[in-house]
Order: sequence, then structure tokens, then C-alpha cells
Amino acid sequence: MREIPVLMITEIVDSLCRKANTVLRPDVLEAIHAMLGMEVSPTGVEVMEQIIKNADLAVVEQLPICQDTGYVTVFLEIGREVVLQGNVYQAVDEGVRRAYIDGYLRKSIVSCPLFERENTGDNTPAFVNIDMVAGDKVRIVVMPKGGGTENASQLRMLSVAGELAAVKEFVMEAAENAAKACPPVIVGVGIGGSFDKVGLMAKKALLRPIPDRNPDLRIAQLEAELLTEINKLGIGPAGLGGRITALTVKIETMPTHIACLPVAVAFNCHAARQAEAII
Amino acid sequence: MDDAVVNLKAGDKVEITGIIYTARDQAHKRLVESIQRGEQLPFYLKGQIIYYAGPAPAPPGKAVGSIGPTTSARMDSYAPILVSHGLKAMIGKGPRSGEVKDALIRYNAVYLAATGGVAALLSSYVRSSELIAYPELGPEAIYKLEVENFPAIVAMDAWGGDLYEQSRLIYREI
Repeated sequence: MREIPVLMITEIVDSLCRKANTVLRPDVLEAIHAMLGMEVSPTGVEVMEQIIKNADLAVVEQLPICQDTGYVTVFLEIGREVVLQGNVYQAVDEGVRRAYIDGYLRKSIVSCPLFERENTGDNTPAFVNIDMVAGDKVRIVVMPKGGGTENASQLRMLSVAGELAAVKEFVMEAAENAAKACPPVIVGVGIGGSFDKVGLMAKKALLRPIPDRNPDLRIAQLEAELLTEINKLGIGPAGLGGRITALTVKIETMPTHIACLPVAVAFNCHAARQAEAII
Repeated sequence: MDDAVVNLKAGDKVEITGIIYTARDQAHKRLVESIQRGEQLPFYLKGQIIYYAGPAPAPPGKAVGSIGPTTSARMDSYAPILVSHGLKAMIGKGPRSGEVKDALIRYNAVYLAATGGVAALLSSYVRSSELIAYPELGPEAIYKLEVENFPAIVAMDAWGGDLYEQSRLIYREI
């Protein structure tokens, strides 16, 4: 067994939060460059140029690319041969606390959702998902994500009889709200599983690099088809009209119940923030 | 300000130089409650511009941290009351309700869109920042900002023009 002190998790989460918030995902920046020539709206082109300028300036000035430095979602893949010494959830929160206080990142978490809505002051708690995997490593993926894209996301339990057509219709209905999620967006779709798993699947789909295609050819085809359809909606960069509403559509599936067809649609904005490390 | 507003059309590009005030969800709730109770507001609303934004903290040596617009729709239930009390312009992002559109026409005001998610870039147009109300709200406090050539586009004008609706129809292919 390999022993890892949780202090190491704290230090890595701290540095990943800072990196994710100041450095735009390189695949997103590449996609913006690549799709700039396909945008026909002059305002759309201007917005995409602003996105490129912003990404450069954020690195030079060491400023967050977006002021909404978000919820911090952390995906931990822990190897079965690893023993983590200490409380991993507290260790993650301590990393978030250090990054958000010392790194001049905005604190956006309220402790009570309904009544006081008082800011916790250190952007904790983080929202942690843990998977146990083979091996003796720990993979840490940090995804700070803004409230605007979170609010545009949707989950619905569809009728099994609706089949593929109902899934497409629901994704397109959700995509009509992309203007509120800072387009060009990344669209993550989860299909199958249960009410709780499908949302997580959609969110994890957002993590896949833009050039990545689903290994299942039928799903890969559906990803391409939905991207084409979404980019016909006319929403465009910043929602001000144009062709480039989405940069990519990523779909994940898993087994489900004979009576169920759960579908979740998650969005990430063009200011997509993500950083990872392996211990 | 009235003359400037009346001549703006949805789709016009503008640059703002002068004073604007940040306010978002909780600040709006408090402003509207103060109006309803007949109390004085933390700033003189008539003829002013509100920016829907909650900035990141300013690092040492900077006037302000990253500061981009938040989703305007969440302020839709409050905006008509503020506009009826003299607010002339709002800066935010994303489409808005019919009630906001009606208020803009009735009281001669405009809704401007700034690009969301380019907050480092937008902070470069801010010269100074001063916290003037509700410090306990953290990023949701009201800040008085001095801006220079802050770029925005007219999203809804005082004549019922709506760039989000109009531009989508131009580029829509289904």
C-alpha cells in the first residue's frame, strides 16, 4: 500500500484552483481560434476576439478569466492501493480556502440556500466526487464553474417510449437557454443511470477534451448531429446572434432501469476552467 | 442622459466613461425594500447606470479584480421598480423579460450587454472602485466604479428593440 498524507491533496487543490481560474483550457482556446473563421456575425467575431484577448490578459495580469470563480467541483480518482492519511474532504476544503482567500478569487458560496444566504467567506464547501480505481495513484481534477452555466443546466426523466427523438428534443429545448450560459458553450449530456447519476454523468462529460469523440460510433454520431443542430439556433457568441453557439457536445451513457430514460444536460461556458494533477 | 438614451438603438455599440454602480441579487432585494419603505438609497438613482456584477477581490496594486457581467434575468423582478425611480441604464448579460422591456419603453431607459466571461479584459476599463454599501454582502456589495471607454452593446432600447430576439432570427437556420 502507498501512503499519502492529505496535506498533499490540500497543496495540490490550492494550486489547481489558482491555475484553473487564470488559465483558459488550452483546447477551448484552440477551438475558439479554429471556429472564429466560421462565425458570420460581426458581433460574434468581436466577442470571440474578446475571449482570446481576455485569456491572454488573464495570464499576463494573473487575474481570473471570469469574476465568477464558481463552485469548486473536485473529482478524485483514488487508486485502491493508496491509503490517504487524514480526512480527504477537509483537505480539499482547506485547499479551496487557501486558493480563494490568498489568490484573490471570488467567494461565491452561501451556507443556507433558502433563508439567510450568508456567504461562507472562503468558497467552501467544495463539491467532491470520489471514484475508486485500480492502481496506486490519485488523480485530482478541479473544475470551478459559474452559477450562470449551472442555472442553465437541466435534468428530466423522459418516457421510455419517447426513444431517441425525445432525447434530442430535450437537449434542443435545454440549448435554447444557452444564451444565459455564456456561449459558445460546451454541452455535456448524460443519458441513462438514475436520477442522481445522470446529472453527474452530464457534468463529467464537460471534462472531456474538445477533439475527443465517444468511442461508441452511434453516440459519436449523435454528438456531431446535436452540435450541428445547436449551431443552427442562431444564439451565437454571448447570445448576440451568430452561428457558433456551442464548441462541442459530449455525451455519456450508462445502464438504466427498464422503466426509465433519465437525461441531463449540463453546460460549461467559454470561460471553461479545469485543471488536474496526478499524485 | 435622457437625450442620450432616447437616441440609442438595439445593436448600437457604446463606450461608457464616468461613474457606474455594481448591484446584483441581494443588493437589488435591499434597494427595492428600501424604496418600498420610503428610505433613502445608498446612492442617488436618478440618471444612473447599474452594472450587474460581483467583482473578484482586487489584487494588490489593481483598482479592481476581474469584473464581468452576471445574468440579468435574475434581476428582472426588481428592475422595473428601479427604472420607474429614475435608473437610466443597466449593464448585464443575457435576455430579459417583457416586463423589463415595457419599463424601458415607459420610462425611457436602456439595457446594455457586456460580454460575459471576459472579466479580466473588462477590469482593464475600470479606473477606480469604492465600496459604498452593504459590505457584509461580500461580492454582492454595491461598488461605485469609475470606468473609461467600457465597451457594451445596446441589447434593449427605449423603443422596444431587443437585440437578443432580433439577432437570433437573423442567424437562425431551423
